[in-house]
Amino acid sequence: MKISEVVRLTGATVVCGEEKTGHEVEKGFSSDLMSDVLTLDTENLLLITGLSNVQAIRTAEMADIQYILFTRNKKVTDEMVELAKENNMVLLETSFSLFKTSGILYHAGLKPVY
Amino acid sequence: MAVELTYQVKGGDFSHAGDASSQVKKVLKQLDIDPKKIKSIVIALYEAEVNVVAHALEGVIRVTVDEEKITMLLTDRGAGIPDIELAMREGYSTASKEVREMGFGAGMGLPNIKRNTDLLEITSEPGQGTTVKMVNFF
Ligand SMILES: Nc1ncnc2c1ncn2[C@@H]1O[C@H](COP(=O)(O)OP(=O)(O)O)[C@@H](O)[C@H]1O
Ligand SMILES: [Mg+2]
Repeated sequence: MKISEVVRLTGATVVCGEEKTGHEVEKGFSSDLMSDVLTLDTENLLLITGLSNVQAIRTAEMADIQYILFTRNKKVTDEMVELAKENNMVLLETSFSLFKTSGILYHAGLKPVY
Repeated sequence: MAVELTYQVKGGDFSHAGDASSQVKKVLKQLDIDPKKIKSIVIALYEAEVNVVAHALEGVIRVTVDEEKITMLLTDRGAGIPDIELAMREGYSTASKEVREMGFGAGMGLPNIKRNTDLLEITSEPGQGTTVKMVNFF
């Protein structure tokens, strides 16, 4: 699924990485638990999370995750954007809940990790 | 070729938790290490770094990279771990609410570290501090 499609389906805002919205993600993983995210060995993954802090970006950096969708209007801070840009990440924000976001994307064909 | 890196870590300083791991990742990329190996190394180091921030007062990370391996030594001053075997168990955690709000504190860190390292040695003096040594071969 193209990032632009994720944006359209969830009414998301692109916070940074606009130039990469043509990229494809194959799977999605929804979690607020960073230790859990760190167990994944999946490429082309969209991380969907309600945890909006620097550790979410750091976790994505360590796990080689490039695409993060923050749910439920969790606002991304300037510090997070700076870190994300350094690591060529795409950050998205949606007003939808984690549950609704996951449901919509799963229904549209984004695959689960497990 | 031996690269030596040292970082100071402050307990409770969550906004900087991961800075050292991030630096190490950049160095390993420059050294052209296999990306899969880099990922395991930095995940282990990041969990260990977060543990110092979450569970100790302060610590030092010493990283040595030579031709065949990376050695990561984290020495901290803090409460220490009274029962290491128990702490290694998946799900065991004494983390505070604050740590859980950071997305950690589910007791998965040490098992994650174990899974991602070739050698892991933990020693601890309760009331004094903890030393975590991790080695990964390239
Ligand atoms: N550096 C440390 N100093 C003191 N206690 C530690 C340290 N690292 C780990 N621990 C103890 O081991 C437990 C398990 O650690 P871990 O598996 O990383 O889970 P978590 O950090 O999510 O609690 C911690 O909750 C803590 O009690
Ligand atoms: Mg931990």
